[in-house]
Amino acid sequence: MKFLVCISNVPDTTTKIAFTPDNKEFNKAGVQFVINPWDEYALTRAIELKEAAGSGTVTVLNVGQADTEPNIRKALAIGADDAIRVDAVPQDAYFVAEQIAAIAKEGAYDVILMGKESIDYNGFQVHGMVGEMLGIPTVAPAMKLDMSGNTATLEREIEGGKEIVSVNTPFVASCQQPMCEPRIPNMRGIMTARTKPLKVVPAVGEPARTTVAEYALPPKKQGVKLIDAENAGELIKLLRNEAKVI
Amino acid sequence: MSVLVVVECADGEVKKSSLEVASYGADVAAMLGTTATAIAVGEANEANLAKLGEQGITKVLYDAEPRLKDFVNNAYTKLIATAAEQESAKIIVLANSNIGAAVGSRLSVRLKTSLATNVVELPKISGDQFTVKRGAFSGKAFSDVVLSGDRKIIAVKKNSTEAKHEAGKTAEVASFSAQLGDADFADAPKQVVMQDQAGGILLPEADRVVSGGRGMKGPENWGLIEDLAKALGAATACSKPVSDVDWRPHHEHVGQTGITVSPNLYIACGISGAIQHLAGVNSSKVIVVINKDPEAPFFKAADYGIVGDVFDVLPKLTAAVKALN
Repeated sequence: MKFLVCISNVPDTTTKIAFTPDNKEFNKAGVQFVINPWDEYALTRAIELKEAAGSGTVTVLNVGQADTEPNIRKALAIGADDAIRVDAVPQDAYFVAEQIAAIAKEGAYDVILMGKESIDYNGFQVHGMVGEMLGIPTVAPAMKLDMSGNTATLEREIEGGKEIVSVNTPFVASCQQPMCEPRIPNMRGIMTARTKPLKVVPAVGEPARTTVAEYALPPKKQGVKLIDAENAGELIKLLRNEAKVI
Repeated sequence: MSVLVVVECADGEVKKSSLEVASYGADVAAMLGTTATAIAVGEANEANLAKLGEQGITKVLYDAEPRLKDFVNNAYTKLIATAAEQESAKIIVLANSNIGAAVGSRLSVRLKTSLATNVVELPKISGDQFTVKRGAFSGKAFSDVVLSGDRKIIAVKKNSTEAKHEAGKTAEVASFSAQLGDADFADAPKQVVMQDQAGGILLPEADRVVSGGRGMKGPENWGLIEDLAKALGAATACSKPVSDVDWRPHHEHVGQTGITVSPNLYIACGISGAIQHLAGVNSSKVIVVINKDPEAPFFKAADYGIVGDVFDVLPKLTAAVKALN
């Protein structure tokens, strides 16, 4: 079984978001980048399934420039076998999906996994685009993934419940908790990751279909109005008469 | 040319988020000088579909194929693509839901459209330039995105726009068939399991949410959260540490890697307000924080706050709500 796990390089979850003075780009100065937390579920689950089967490979794929390599190496340290980096700025979901689809097709991967969405762009689009480009099923978002031969059984979250879906390979799934407990690299993994293959390839396909004109921060809160705990019922009156939300 | 709106139904009712989407689609149609047609998915009821006229929908297409009751990615995609071709739709509007994202992303490739998800406002249209505002960086920012091409798909974030109600207006319900066959249902779910929702209110769609953190000290104390939620007609939620230790199920976890909510009222009880939690709630209109630690970072993001013991404050709030009603 050949697993392709797509990871994106995103600002750490605790990052205070700021933009360049013209508001056209995210300000990367001093920001720590991590593997997108949703993608960690995809990566760990692929490694677990490979280990359980006793055979197979896990390839990580990232669309990004050279500055994403520390996190690609981290994915290798967690347990992926090899990596591919498409050397390009990930312009939009469509552009990224084109890269993934091309590599998935060329490498004849059986299972293509990624996180539900990235915590920076919050697109939640790439999974379906890749599935459609390849003409294969997509299961998104998946909370559980088990494999038996070429058949996968997944739990797909729907509003208010879940669907149990079964699909044959090849397929795409976008992953979220509680699929697995994401692993962290151990010392041996970090040592071996240095020598695992990381191939860099150029981008393919058509240009992006969307462009960001401007970023903005949400309006600042006016400050908290404190109500005395002894007189907690007063809050309810304020919510009705002042905030008008109940 | 028209605007096609995807309307999700369950148990015969149109989902609240789909009423918002219908209203949004009708507004976009008005901006473009055209009309909005809806395509219904899920278990629909024709009388309720006709009522989409109140949101400004002119016509509703409905395929009575029984296998469309549950979500089937391929079948839904083909159904909507067929409707879009029939109606020569230039704009498709759907909810930024799990169904909307799964179908919208496939449709954008099949119909060669641009796509924006998590959209929070009506578009700005100026000549050929079509710009939408969407949430990014997990609720910590917004981006204005220019959509290229002459066909576009917009997925509207729940609770970000209000559904209008023009009483008495009705839409024409037209039967429609996408000629779906067995192959289109190959990825149909084997089983659908619905959870018991507190008071029947779906968390991602809820207008009001009462949420608990580690300050609640244990799952046995959740009755206090549920009592207030019930009195307010709110859904219940929790922070990540709470779902990590299984005090509450995962589907109640609100935050950066959980569910993002944007209710009118979010009441956080015993939650310190880590930045990852705020990412899931900071587009709520009014945030109330109850915490015994006056230094809890959540107070900085709150509109109203009570520094006090949740075990003492929550029953008082519940009693006050009951007194009000």
